Amino acid sequence: MPLPPLPATAIILGAHAHDWCTAVRLVGMALVASGAAKPGYADEMIRMIEEHGPYVVIAPGLALAHARPGPDVLADGIAVATLATPVAFGHPHNDPVSVVLGLAIADASNHLATVAAIANLFNDSRAIEELRAATSVAEVQKIMGAAA
Amino acid sequence: MKIVTICGAGIGSSGILKVNTERVLTRLAISADVVAADIASVHAVAGDAQVILTSAEFVDAIGQTFADVIVIDNYFDTAELTRKLEKALG
Repeated sequence: MPLPPLPATAIILGAHAHDWCTAVRLVGMALVASGAAKPGYADEMIRMIEEHGPYVVIAPGLALAHARPGPDVLADGIAVATLATPVAFGHPHNDPVSVVLGLAIADASNHLATVAAIANLFNDSRAIEELRAATSVAEVQKIMGAAA
Repeated sequence: MKIVTICGAGIGSSGILKVNTERVLTRLAISADVVAADIASVHAVAGDAQVILTSAEFVDAIGQTFADVIVIDNYFDTAELTRKLEKALG
């Protein structure tokens, strides 16, 4: 069960984000750069967090930003941003966040293969720290086991 | 038995929780129907569920239910999931 493609354009390393909103906007821009989403998708991802709280911080140090399939999603896609300085999302257990994933799903009916691939990766508890410490795009692609 | 995982969108985080819950249940040799849903449909989907798995943020919105509502902190920590599921189902 492979992840969606993870081209270099979908990876941002050592970014400077002063708050969670900026961090989510960064992965939103990366999803636009890789052709997976339109610019409005970042607003959708931010709106989900504003509406429901920081539940997207699903593991210590990791946020999985995402919204529903919709007109702002062009194709299944994943993006990775690592932050030079971790930011707080307001999560009771998993703050601060240093790795933000952006996930765009075009069709909800077959998204489980994609999330199963994400679970395979991150059930290994070392993956988040390895991503945080990654210094090259190639290294991130290797950790994510994704096609470029 | 029915277990429902809840997040804001009904995909993504609730999907990860569904996948990992199924893995844990297989290891525990427990058979259950695990359904991922968004918070807006929780009462329609979880009316006949024994367990609801979610994040702390959704507990208030889920409100009154016959199901056990279990908060998962780390969605990738199958040891946490195993411990909390065993406690709820045991």
